[in-house]
Amino acid sequence: MNDNRHTHPTVSIHARATAVSDRMDDTAPVVLDCEDVSIYYGEFRAVTEVSLGFRRNEITALIGPSGCGKSTVLRSLNRMNDLVDGARVEGRIIFHAEDIYGKDVDAIAVRRRIGMVFQKPNPFPKSIYDNIAYGPRVIGMKVESMDDLVEEALTRAALWDEVKDKLKQSALGLSGGQQQRLCIARTIAVQPEVILMDEPCSALDPIATMKIEDLMQQLRRDYTIVIVTHNMQQAARVADRTAFFTALPDETTGDRTGVLVEYDYTSKLFERPADKRTEDYISGRFG
Amino acid sequence: MVTSTPTRHGMGALVHRSVRGRAKGGETSPRSIAFLIVLWFCLLFALLFLVVLLINIWVDGVGRLDLALFTEYPSSNPDDAGARPAILGSLWVIGTTAVMTLPIGVAAAIHLEEFSDRHNLINRAVELNVQNLAAIPSVIYGMLTLAALGLFGVVNKNQVWVGALALSMLILPVIIIATREALRAVPAEIRQGSLALGATPLQTVFRNTLPAALPGIATGAILGLSRALGEAAPLLLLGGLVFLRFDPNGLMSGYTTMPIQIFNWTGRPQQGFHELAAATSIVLLVVLLLMNALAIYIRNRYQQRW
Amino acid sequence: MSTWSPPRPPAVISQDSLRARPRPLDTAIRLLFRVAAIFTIIITVGIVIALLIPSLAFFAEVPVWEFLFGTRWAPRFADASFGVVPLVTATAWTTAIALVVAVPLGLGAAVFLSEYAHRRARKILKPVLELLAGIPTVVYGYFAVQFIQATVLREWLGLDTGSFSVLAAGFVMGIMIVPTIASISEDAMSAVPNSLRQGSAALGANRMQTTVRVVFPAALSGVIAAIVLGVSRAVGETMIVALAAGQQARIVTGPLEAGQTMTGFIASAALGDSPVGSLEYDTLFAVGLLLFVITLVINFASIAIVRRFREAY
Repeated sequence: MNDNRHTHPTVSIHARATAVSDRMDDTAPVVLDCEDVSIYYGEFRAVTEVSLGFRRNEITALIGPSGCGKSTVLRSLNRMNDLVDGARVEGRIIFHAEDIYGKDVDAIAVRRRIGMVFQKPNPFPKSIYDNIAYGPRVIGMKVESMDDLVEEALTRAALWDEVKDKLKQSALGLSGGQQQRLCIARTIAVQPEVILMDEPCSALDPIATMKIEDLMQQLRRDYTIVIVTHNMQQAARVADRTAFFTALPDETTGDRTGVLVEYDYTSKLFERPADKRTEDYISGRFG
Repeated sequence: MVTSTPTRHGMGALVHRSVRGRAKGGETSPRSIAFLIVLWFCLLFALLFLVVLLINIWVDGVGRLDLALFTEYPSSNPDDAGARPAILGSLWVIGTTAVMTLPIGVAAAIHLEEFSDRHNLINRAVELNVQNLAAIPSVIYGMLTLAALGLFGVVNKNQVWVGALALSMLILPVIIIATREALRAVPAEIRQGSLALGATPLQTVFRNTLPAALPGIATGAILGLSRALGEAAPLLLLGGLVFLRFDPNGLMSGYTTMPIQIFNWTGRPQQGFHELAAATSIVLLVVLLLMNALAIYIRNRYQQRW
Repeated sequence: MSTWSPPRPPAVISQDSLRARPRPLDTAIRLLFRVAAIFTIIITVGIVIALLIPSLAFFAEVPVWEFLFGTRWAPRFADASFGVVPLVTATAWTTAIALVVAVPLGLGAAVFLSEYAHRRARKILKPVLELLAGIPTVVYGYFAVQFIQATVLREWLGLDTGSFSVLAAGFVMGIMIVPTIASISEDAMSAVPNSLRQGSAALGANRMQTTVRVVFPAALSGVIAAIVLGVSRAVGETMIVALAAGQQARIVTGPLEAGQTMTGFIASAALGDSPVGSLEYDTLFAVGLLLFVITLVINFASIAIVRRFREAY
């Protein structure tokens, strides 16, 4: 499925990334590495030749105007894109020295290790306890005490104190912010290495958002986090590194395709962006 | 109601006259009122007939609505007869029908809704086919079962499982359609959340989607079975019209059902049998009412509002 | 506070743990589901074969034109005759009478519920109307022969009619079909966008005119679908006609006459016990095939008509 290489890139070299990871400090190892990843929906190329690596225990933000493919890239990191009709990935995404789109790789196993939190909180119509216990149960995790695991996950998600007396109640009764933290706890329960977050706060009020941003800082110690956000200030607040995407017209088809423009430490990207398009976006001239 | 101030001169008058002409008198014109009355009567007549039917059944049958109806067996003398085997037979047949049709219907619906590739031609044919099956007259299902029996050399048509087979095929489309709608009502985000944790699609169905859709499926199942309970035509062809003086006692036992017993007694000349038919109708209607009430209760109490 | 901590994931995971794992149980269960879905096709194929094989045997003995156009139906007599026209006339009469009852009442109720009724009234009235659909047809049949025919037509109205008539059967069948027509028509009318109603009102039309000239034509395809579905149900109905229309197969020329419909014949033939493979047995299936073809044609016609009249918004 991913063997044929794209030999004639139709987006000119100059248009693409001007900042590459090797200019940055290499102390943190790369956990998840995209090599020339292009993502297609049928004939439409949504994302063109993206190369970037996500480093352990860092928060990386993907920002850019709408339609630039950042959510598409995120969803391809844990093979959730497979669920879309006609979706296809070219290039490689390396995780533990294995291309997760390799022929022999089990997408289910990938998703256990690379978890995802969605834009709209989606708790299951079950009790709070069963929501957390769901993941470990379905993947067959051997657990000495499920009660302890649930408590641990909720504690790490900064939700334990608020729900410890009502674990058996339906998760749908929680507020939006609580539901999102529940979804984070649910993801943590299966012990992933990477947590992907697709605009996790866009459906929440500012206070709930703040709680989740604080939570992200704590989670960073144990997990690698990649977050898509359309809120630049949020990226500036939480992310160690930021990748800026934009949509360029494809020279052959005329459709707009997403490309990676710049990828650097957040402070550097925001204060002294190397690419003019990054600067335009950050200063609000477009997007 | 709008009161208009008439103007007799100039542009205002022109517009005023043309508008009045168009409306031909407005909401309270005689024609409008007559129209509304006619509509009211349509609804009223329909409901009136319902009431008349129920009253008629009640009046005819209440006299025989006693314990004997439930304990006695059919007899050539209307005074001694009762509907006991028919009532038990209905329970046997419906129970067997449920066991036969629910697993297949739910399984088929799960396949069509969760796993089938929508572009596949065979799957589209299956979907279209289910719609068609729902519109076929019920007798035809009896004929299908009759032919199948002939094919496999089963001589004795009057067996509980045979009747249940015909009814199962009859309500299978209903079950499939209702289950699919219940599954469709579960939002996609629930499935995605499950898959993102590392669950397989099958685990997602069994542990998440299906339990969430269960109230809708239960409601559909009860309504389908209540339809089967009231059916007589397919069973007539399968030797359902028997004179039974024993309780049905197994899947291969002879049987009769309430609708068939009603049909039987209605066709007899003696007035006593007509009263028995009406009384059995009352029992049948009460059972159906309870089943529908149960379905509505389940839907209101357990249905998830997303 | 718990003392248990989850083990940290290992820094390097062996290659194998990402490997694709065969899941035989999954595959088997999904296959079972697919088989269940295919089963519905088997039923249809079964119906067609079940009807065709005895019918072919039948038509080997009885010429098709004699079957379709013959006017005497006496399959069990010594000098048997297999003309199906009498059955068809009875079916036509009961269906027509049913429509005369059901279409005005059903459409009237639908228009009322959709255009005039308050939401709360609708919430109560619509389910009550649905109750009519839930009554078993055999109970309708009892009502038709015992009350309508015996009491209303013969006693109260003193009409010249026997124990059975197509009028009684057709009338009660019409009542049975009212919820079908009403429900589908009401859905179709409710689906007409409000902007059309408001546009009409803005031109000065009152509600009746809006309903008749705007809403109804816009919902026409749904209304036609409803009526055709009602026709289909009337043609295929068995219990009401078996009890109230009569067992005598003759050409029906008036509503007060008795007659045997196609479904009525099938019901009566089943009550006897014809040996498999005999002409009697095959006759049953020939009539069944005719019934099946007629309902199939009606259903397909409805799809075609709906497609022609559908208004795109």
